[in-house]
Parts: sequence; C-alpha cells; structure tokens
Amino acid sequence: MYVIVAGGGKVGANVARSLLRIGQEVTLIEQRRDRFERLEDEFEHQVQRGDATELFVLERAGIARPPDIVLALTGDDEDNMVICQIAKEKYLVPKVIARVNDPRNQAHFDLLGISPTICATSSIMALVEHEVPEHDLIHLLELRKENLEIVEVQIDKDSPVAGKRVEGLELPEGARLISVMRGGQAEIAVGSTTLQAGDQVLAILEPGKEDELRRVLLSR
Amino acid sequence: MKALVIGCGRVGSTIALTLHSEGWEVVVVDENEDALSRLGESWPGAFVVGHGMDTDLLREAGIEDADAVVAATDGDNTNIVIGQVAQKRFGIDCVVVRVLDPARAEFYAGRGMRTVCPTSTAIDALMETVRTCDVPRIEVR
Repeated sequence: MYVIVAGGGKVGANVARSLLRIGQEVTLIEQRRDRFERLEDEFEHQVQRGDATELFVLERAGIARPPDIVLALTGDDEDNMVICQIAKEKYLVPKVIARVNDPRNQAHFDLLGISPTICATSSIMALVEHEVPEHDLIHLLELRKENLEIVEVQIDKDSPVAGKRVEGLELPEGARLISVMRGGQAEIAVGSTTLQAGDQVLAILEPGKEDELRRVLLSR
Repeated sequence: MKALVIGCGRVGSTIALTLHSEGWEVVVVDENEDALSRLGESWPGAFVVGHGMDTDLLREAGIEDADAVVAATDGDNTNIVIGQVAQKRFGIDCVVVRVLDPARAEFYAGRGMRTVCPTSTAIDALMETVRTCDVPRIEVR
C-alpha cells in the first residue's frame, strides 16, 4: 500500500514510522526546514520538503499514481482541508484521513465532505464525559458515512424504563439498543432483557435523535 | 448592498475603502486589531476582530445578510476555506477569493469558486510590459 503523509510533526512522523514498520510504502512531506533536516536523518528519501498544499509538491510525492491513502496531519486545519480536497477531487485518491486541530473547525471539514477526521481534543472530551456522572448521554462513536452514532445512556433509579423489558420500550424510530452493561458484565440487548437502575446501555441511532432517546429512557 | 471583507492588509483594506466609496455597507474582519489603522482615522464601517474561519464571528459580522464576501487574508488556504464556508454554508453567490498560488487558484476556479490570483495577474502584466519594450529583435538561428 502507498501512503502520502502530509505534515512531519509528532503525529505525522510517528504515523509514517509505524507505517514503514509494518512494511508499507510511505512518503512524508514536511515544510519546515529544521524539522525536515531532522526527519531526513531517519527517513532519508522517504521524506520530502515542501508545502503539501502545493500541487507540484504533491506530484513530486507521487499523488498522481495515486496513493491508496493520503493522511493530512499538519497542524493547520485549513491546510488539511485543502490537501484532502486536492487529493480526492483532483487526483482521485480513494481514501483521505484528516487531522482536526481545532474542534471548532470540525463543521468545516463536514461541510466540505472530508471524512474520516480525527480530533484529539474531541476524543479526550469524549473520554472525560464518560467519567463525568452528570452526563447522562455520552457520544461514543460517530459513523459519519452510515449517518449513525453510538451513545451510552446511564439508567438511574428515576428512569421510567427501569424494570421494563426492551421489547416493551417505545424507542424513537431509527434507534436500537445494542447492549447492557451491568456489574461489569456486558450483555447484548434482546427483547427479553430487563433494564435496571445502574445499567449502562449502548444505543445506536441516527444523529439528532438523542433528545428523543433521552426522553424515552430517562424522561428528561 | 452589504459586503464582508475578510483580511485587512494592503489588499483587503483598499477593497473595503473602495467598496465603501461606491456606496456599499462594509464590514471588515481581521485577527489583528491594529489592522484597523489601515482603514484611516474615520472608517465609518464596522470592524470585527477575530479569525475568518470562526463561524460565530462570521455571523456576528453579519454574513447571513451579506451580498458579497471577499476573502483576502494572507493565507491562500484560509481564504479557500472561508470562501467555501461563505458559499456552501451561508449560500452567498458573490464570493471572491484571493489565492496567490496559480495552481490552487485554477483548481478551485474549476470547482466554481471566483478565485483571483495576483501572481498570475502580475506575470501577465510584467510579460505584457516586457513585450512592449523597444529592444532589438533576437535573431533566431
């Protein structure tokens, strides 16, 4: 597999290193001279210097082949967006993955149809929310292409569904329960599963149905 | 008619002043508060401090009822993203984007963006001027 990695900071360099370790063909692109010179000692001909949003730099790295994947991992969100658009739309690269540095720019990536994206801040927040008891509904995973997401809901003693069977729930259309975590044990949610206070329930649903699901499971 | 000018450097500030003199209501956005001084002592239009990729800030600057948006920051990619946000999120027809790199300007022009490339314009003007110089013809053997 051939992969172009744009951006040779900590993220890009480590991804390139890992790809090489598992035997993939990689070209890493780094703009800054100081960084490039350090990377050159390690990556030799597999790192090139230049601005990865310039077409001739991408072409020199072999984008016209095209590569199987382009990873846009620079520290600039606008650069990552442009790299992905050029790769996908001009050179028909089948897969692009972009790093989102500022989570407030996520909406721009979505608007431009750039997916999948990875945002460290959002991932950290998702994990933190997992630990914060006040968050009754936590986003665990977004499946953008499928237009589905997986959320976790904590059933408490005031929940109207505590003591009810899954098959009797009036879940919003486009929502299903996946599993129930109780006393450290996870179980697939089936019709006969009875929910209890303290259960952590995983649900899959269409984005935008969270409030409806919250009303059904928690009546709030 | 209302215009949003993002980026208040030499280019953006002059565009803002010119549009204003032609009767437009102009809102200027720049990250740097000091850029306001480029608009002169008595700039009558609005000036919003912040980054042009910040959607809330664009709303605050009144992008929703703007007739035209000019993206003229010093970053090509910033302008390209702002231009697409203005076009696709806010549905603005007249979006003009400054892109210094001719290759990127051409690529995005092909995707329906009004890009203006000062580099290409300068090359054309320079070449035209060179051609008009009265110099002895080079004999090609």
